[in-house]
Amino acid sequence: MLWGSNARETHPIYFHHVLKGIRNGAPLYVVDPRRTSSAQWADRWLGLDVGTDITLANAVGREILDAGLENRQFIEHATSRFEAYQAAIEPFTLDFAERETGVPRAAIRDLAHAYARAPTAQLCWTLGITEHHQGVDNVLGLINLALLTGHVGRYGSGLCPLRGQNNVQGGGDMGALPDRLTGFQHVTNDACRAKFEAAWNCKIPPKPGRHISGMFKAMDQGDLKTLYVLGENPVGSEPDTKHVMATMDKLDFLVVQDLFLTQTAEIADVVLPASAGWAESEGTVTSSERKVQRVRRAVKPAPGTKDDIAIVFDLAKRLGHDWGEPNPEVLWNELRTLSPMHAGMSYERLEALGGIRWPCYDESHPGELFLHGRLWANPRIGPRAPFSIVQPEPPVDYLDDEFPIRLTTGRRLDEYNTGVQTGAYASPLRRQEAVDISPEDAAQYGLQEYEQVRISSRRGSVVAPVRFDPGLRPGLAFMTMHAPDEVNTNELTIEAIDPKSGVSEFKATAIRIDKMVGASAGD
Amino acid sequence: MDLHFTADEPTASEVDAVDAVLGAADSRWHGGQRVDPSEAQTSESGHRTAGQRHLLLPVLHAIHGRIGWISRGALNYACKRLEVPPAEAYGVATFYDMFSLEQAPPVVARVCDDIACQAKGASDLCAGLETVMGPAGNGNASRCGWVRSPCLGQCERAPAVLVTAAGERPWTSVIAPATAQAVEAACSKDSPTDGPQVRESVPQAGQASLQLLHRVGAPSAQSLDEYRADGGLRAWELALELGPEWVIEQVEQSNLVGRGGAAFPTGRKWRAVAQAGGPKYVVCNADESEPGTFKDRVLMEGDPFGVVEAIMIAAFATGSERAYVYVRGEYPDATERMRSAIAELDSAGLLERACPIEIRRGAGAYICGEETALFNSIEGFRGEPRNKPPYPTESGLFGRPTLVNNVETLANVLRILLQGGTAYAAVGTERSSGPKLFCLSGHVAMPGVYEVPFGATVRELIELAGGVGGTGRLQAVLVGGAAGAFLGPDELDAPFTFEGMRAVGATVGSAVVMPFDDSVDLGAVLLRIAEFFRDESCGQCVPCRVGTVRQEELLERLRSGQTIGTLDHERQLLREVSQVMRDASICGLGHTAASAVDSALERFPIFQGATR
Repeated sequence: MLWGSNARETHPIYFHHVLKGIRNGAPLYVVDPRRTSSAQWADRWLGLDVGTDITLANAVGREILDAGLENRQFIEHATSRFEAYQAAIEPFTLDFAERETGVPRAAIRDLAHAYARAPTAQLCWTLGITEHHQGVDNVLGLINLALLTGHVGRYGSGLCPLRGQNNVQGGGDMGALPDRLTGFQHVTNDACRAKFEAAWNCKIPPKPGRHISGMFKAMDQGDLKTLYVLGENPVGSEPDTKHVMATMDKLDFLVVQDLFLTQTAEIADVVLPASAGWAESEGTVTSSERKVQRVRRAVKPAPGTKDDIAIVFDLAKRLGHDWGEPNPEVLWNELRTLSPMHAGMSYERLEALGGIRWPCYDESHPGELFLHGRLWANPRIGPRAPFSIVQPEPPVDYLDDEFPIRLTTGRRLDEYNTGVQTGAYASPLRRQEAVDISPEDAAQYGLQEYEQVRISSRRGSVVAPVRFDPGLRPGLAFMTMHAPDEVNTNELTIEAIDPKSGVSEFKATAIRIDKMVGASAGD
Repeated sequence: MDLHFTADEPTASEVDAVDAVLGAADSRWHGGQRVDPSEAQTSESGHRTAGQRHLLLPVLHAIHGRIGWISRGALNYACKRLEVPPAEAYGVATFYDMFSLEQAPPVVARVCDDIACQAKGASDLCAGLETVMGPAGNGNASRCGWVRSPCLGQCERAPAVLVTAAGERPWTSVIAPATAQAVEAACSKDSPTDGPQVRESVPQAGQASLQLLHRVGAPSAQSLDEYRADGGLRAWELALELGPEWVIEQVEQSNLVGRGGAAFPTGRKWRAVAQAGGPKYVVCNADESEPGTFKDRVLMEGDPFGVVEAIMIAAFATGSERAYVYVRGEYPDATERMRSAIAELDSAGLLERACPIEIRRGAGAYICGEETALFNSIEGFRGEPRNKPPYPTESGLFGRPTLVNNVETLANVLRILLQGGTAYAAVGTERSSGPKLFCLSGHVAMPGVYEVPFGATVRELIELAGGVGGTGRLQAVLVGGAAGAFLGPDELDAPFTFEGMRAVGATVGSAVVMPFDDSVDLGAVLLRIAEFFRDESCGQCVPCRVGTVRQEELLERLRSGQTIGTLDHERQLLREVSQVMRDASICGLGHTAASAVDSALERFPIFQGATR
């Protein structure tokens, strides 16, 4: 099941494996407001209204219980708060869910039964789940379904957030999270901190840091005056661009370390040109399946650039700390002494085994093919997995007569995020940036394909050509942030943040589409 | 599947034609109208639509039968309905000779200009048609046109023409032997012209000794009641009574080998499929396309109940859940006879203990007679042969164990069960058991299908057909088909058995016996054969795709005298091309594409003057 994921376009290599599964007879269910190219491969597509994921998940859970298809044995053995969950989802009948999500009840029933009856089932999601002001609750709603059916902690069954890059997981592994040290060790835990302080010979602040939305808030309030950005383009990627620019303007000092002169780099005080993490650097990456793999330098970095480790070492030296010559393997081995889940992953083993999935506690440990197997152990190991009570709330940016169209955002094949890494390359598949609308809306507004229109939200407005996508229905539009220079979609999006994750609600914007006065069909 | 379409839309009648096969579109997502708002938020595709891929060829037939050609809009609609990538569907549609993807008139006369019809005046017929109907081709007529065609399988009544008419009620007419005036008259009518009777194709009809052809021309071919009254279904009843194991034992004991050309022991196939796990299928290979071959057509037209009874027995004995009869597209009458026989047996409830039987029509592709190409064709793919192994008994139709037998092979099964396998094995020679059908055409006095026990010589067969026709002076005999070999007048005493033919460097093939008198330009015949293989090569593997072109070019050079180097040099080149095709082609088409040409050049002084 792909829920809020258009993996066909956003994870094309992963989707090749999905296609193999389909060829072998595995059914595919896709939940997405749009009938995406992934949805077109699905045995069943459920085109829910944007922001109704919790309602749908709760209704699926209720239907599974109603039909007696839950895994009672697993629930009793390994979970907690089941009764509270059962009581909480009682109102989410198929009729209610059909009314709230727009998906016919038969389709919801079909999904519930197929998921519950499947001998094994994967539930995968991407930003369609997380880029909401209730993103974490959305995830918890899906986890409930896995707990209800026992589709977790077994070979072939599990929950899988598909990562956006080859090394998003690695970033988290290494501690690029506000509240964690390397290996997901809590910064608030004194013993953990002491271990790192001893190794690094320094004091580590015991307070969690800020996630990106928190940083912007701090910048706004004048609490954060210096910003060091590594490999990110927040000017292009954060919602409500006007506001972002005003906030960045308040900084005293902005440093950007990147391969490209991004929009953010353009307004920086100092730009540190970096080499590519792949092909030009040595080290490791961690993939979506928690697999740590070696990367090797194949070509020399471009003149004037250095790899990220060398830049950080140089910076340290300027700040009065000589760390010696940067050596990725030495750094990695230090990490292995501090992060128990990586302890068994020597370079030698990573090379011999073609990568190892964490946790890998010692050099005799093969790594774990899947997580949470402990839930099935008898007697059970560790704490029970709790059901979560999640209640739906509509998107913050509400629809009304002035802004009647729901805009959702996403990616297209051949493009990546703000286009920094992809925009410079030619692709025969790339079409100009546009706002996708349904053929019905096009007819209602009297629009020709590729005609320029003005798209406005409560925050700003942009001009873009319009394209017709039969996979959309009336009242639903789609844009990307791939070409901010052409069409800056984030002028429209809302900075409504999920307080639990710090992620903004990119997936739900209320817009209006206006025909341009005196406009003709675009080129 | 995420598909991308051109903007071409279907016409109302194209939509009708497709819907007649598939039913109306179930939703906007598969070609339906965007009206129902509730379906805007769910769709069902995936395995459900992918499982309909095998309906692509029937859908293309439906469009072609209705309109006379397949437009881009029609193809788009078919693809939306079946979720087939348009490029793939285009690849399938263009694979078949009988489909036009360019605008074509509704009525088209397909005029055979292949070797047997050439011997009987096909060139004069074509010249006449040019005068009466204008030049060949689809583009120059609004109502009716004519095109040249490879062998139509009507060789006993050459020269032959098949008229196809598209429309709400499509019809066909077989005009054979044809004159330009008769063809033009048939084309300008609004309904079919009565064709020749199948009885005329069996000069032995009515003879008591006939085992396989005894019902041809008899009333028992017309209705199930008559069939029963004539002793029909007795083999089926025996099979039901004595069980699958007994059936397979009889087939094994009979020493029956396949009559399609490959001569594989039939009992071994039956045993292998019976032992395999289900689901499994029976396929009756009625894609009889070897030039000069028409025996299966005569069996299907003359004894359709007999063929279907044999299919029922095969399905019962192997435990198959469905049977397909794949009839070549050029056989509308045989298709119709088989269809009505199946329908009658079905409505009498007799298929219940066998399995459902479906007819699939080819659309003009010689290669689809190759069993794995035939599977691909049924499955809705281009009819390209698969690599073997795995063999069909293991992985055949839809990747499942499949029993695939030629029509004549199946027809023999009835005799085997009625006589007992051992008694059957006593007929014919030790290595070639049973009665055998031979296709006599070209220069014989009485062309037609002849049944004799295995063992007769080529000379005896020609004499059975009244001796050499034409000038009466024999130049050469093509045996086994275009993929067979030429024999000289001094080789006629070779017995037409598997072992006898092997001894003279020929094969039984599809049991073609096609004598040519001394007025025939053998060089032109060879060139037509080379052209045939070049045209019919599916193009999948290089040795055949390139080799068949090289062979034709080389013969052109020999014929025109524009040789590269000496005649010996060209002969050597031809031997090498033929060796590569034999060694490295995927299927039998490439393996045998040079055998007739080789055999002729070995025996006859053709092109001897051909040096520069």
